[in-house]
Amino acid sequence: MTSLKAIWTAVLDSLRDLLPIIVVIGFFQLAVLQQPIPNFGEIALGIVFVVIGLTLFVQGLNMGLFPIGESMAYSFASKGSLFWLLCFAFALGFGTTIAEPALIAVANEAAIVAAEGRMIENSEQSLASYALGLRVTVALSVGFAIMLGVFRIIKGWPIQYLIVVGYAGVVIMTFFAPREIIGIAYDSGGVTTSTITVPLVTALGVGLASSIKGRNPMIDGFGLIAFASLTPMIFVMAYGLMV
Amino acid sequence: MHILTDLFFVIAATVWDVLPIALIIFGFQIFILRKPIPNLKRILTGFVLVLLGLGFFLEGLEAALFPLGRLMAQQLTDPAFIAGNELERVLDWSDYYWVYLFAFAIGFSTTVAEPSLLAVAIKANQVSAGSIGIWGLRIAVAIGVAIGIALGAYRIVTGTPLYWYIITGYVFVLIQTLFAPKIIIALAYDSGGVTTSTVTVPLVAALGLGLASTVPGRNPLLDGFGLIAFASLFPIMSVLAYAQLSEWRARRGNKEKQERHNHAL
Repeated sequence: MTSLKAIWTAVLDSLRDLLPIIVVIGFFQLAVLQQPIPNFGEIALGIVFVVIGLTLFVQGLNMGLFPIGESMAYSFASKGSLFWLLCFAFALGFGTTIAEPALIAVANEAAIVAAEGRMIENSEQSLASYALGLRVTVALSVGFAIMLGVFRIIKGWPIQYLIVVGYAGVVIMTFFAPREIIGIAYDSGGVTTSTITVPLVTALGVGLASSIKGRNPMIDGFGLIAFASLTPMIFVMAYGLMV
Repeated sequence: MHILTDLFFVIAATVWDVLPIALIIFGFQIFILRKPIPNLKRILTGFVLVLLGLGFFLEGLEAALFPLGRLMAQQLTDPAFIAGNELERVLDWSDYYWVYLFAFAIGFSTTVAEPSLLAVAIKANQVSAGSIGIWGLRIAVAIGVAIGIALGAYRIVTGTPLYWYIITGYVFVLIQTLFAPKIIIALAYDSGGVTTSTVTVPLVAALGLGLASTVPGRNPLLDGFGLIAFASLFPIMSVLAYAQLSEWRARRGNKEKQERHNHAL
């Protein structure tokens, strides 16, 4: 019985998380645009799906993603091989980003912008190779970011110093990068970190910070995502400069 | 029921997306760490739940909310709607008030439902032993995203350069960092990156594209971008501000208690 009750609470939590969107869309549709809600049945079914999905996701998070991230952090810390830990960090950042659907969409869009701005030839082949190059660039930058972030946790450097350097990098690149690429570059920082990467990487960082002596998981454990959303901006502008 | 076949495809696509991650994790676990994974069964069940959950979540959004939200973004940015009855009038930035309000509301509400933010909030709550509330953090981030998207919509309408805002934002973040409690800084920086994923990006992108293609003088390819950047910058400020505010309130509370105590003596 207790597990049934737990599931019920979890479903209610998900429903509460979803309520604001339903209210906002309902209000704008009925009160501002003054139109009826189309396909009511399908929308209701969709909302049930979203609630089920969010509930399952949170369950899976606590059972799968958090524990595996943490247990790997502990194993790496006890193994004591910095080289392999950094390799793992890089692979995780690169591997999760290269296949990210949001990034694929942004890269294709960027290729169209580049062709429009006469930076590349407007043919299918050059568009495709530009988009692929951009994806690899962003994936490399995220791999580098997670690696750097893990190194920071081990060394215990204050995060703000590195962030200042990153911000300076973004600002400097902004002055040199072609105007067309700036908007895409700034947006690419936000699209790289997917829903599966975030919990894994967070658990890894927190796990590392709690297994290394003298590190505080709150101060040192977070921050990996911050790097992963900062470096793509710099790398994408650099890519725009080079191509 | 085509929603069910769609669900199947979405789950298959999610599995495909997760494959590289799974390969990396299990590859390193087996070949480098060479240790059996504790509670392997439970962890695999967790993975399956995450995949199923994301599949249901994405397909549900695609069936229920995204089409309506995208259509809404188009309709709200349509000059015919904004000008109302005075069709011939030249539109001013202030005529777009429904757009700003929509941007604010959709930024806030999608962020509250964002699964990756929920994950980070749960973790931060565990790590801080409850002193950072799951809801407090999520609301702080959501307010930041809401302000960011609304300001980003204003930027598209007025056509001011994106980097002015971003660079000013950076300066603000750095100043706030100097005064914010140390414990929150890394988490605040992280909250910039987690806000924009599955729920926020599709709706916000539609809004940006709609605005950039209907406001006279804007090019959708050049001006349609930038909303995501705003949505990842402003939560940093709002979370830092939230931490400063709670610290200040805690300090004032202590002071008052102290004074009352002195009085009683």
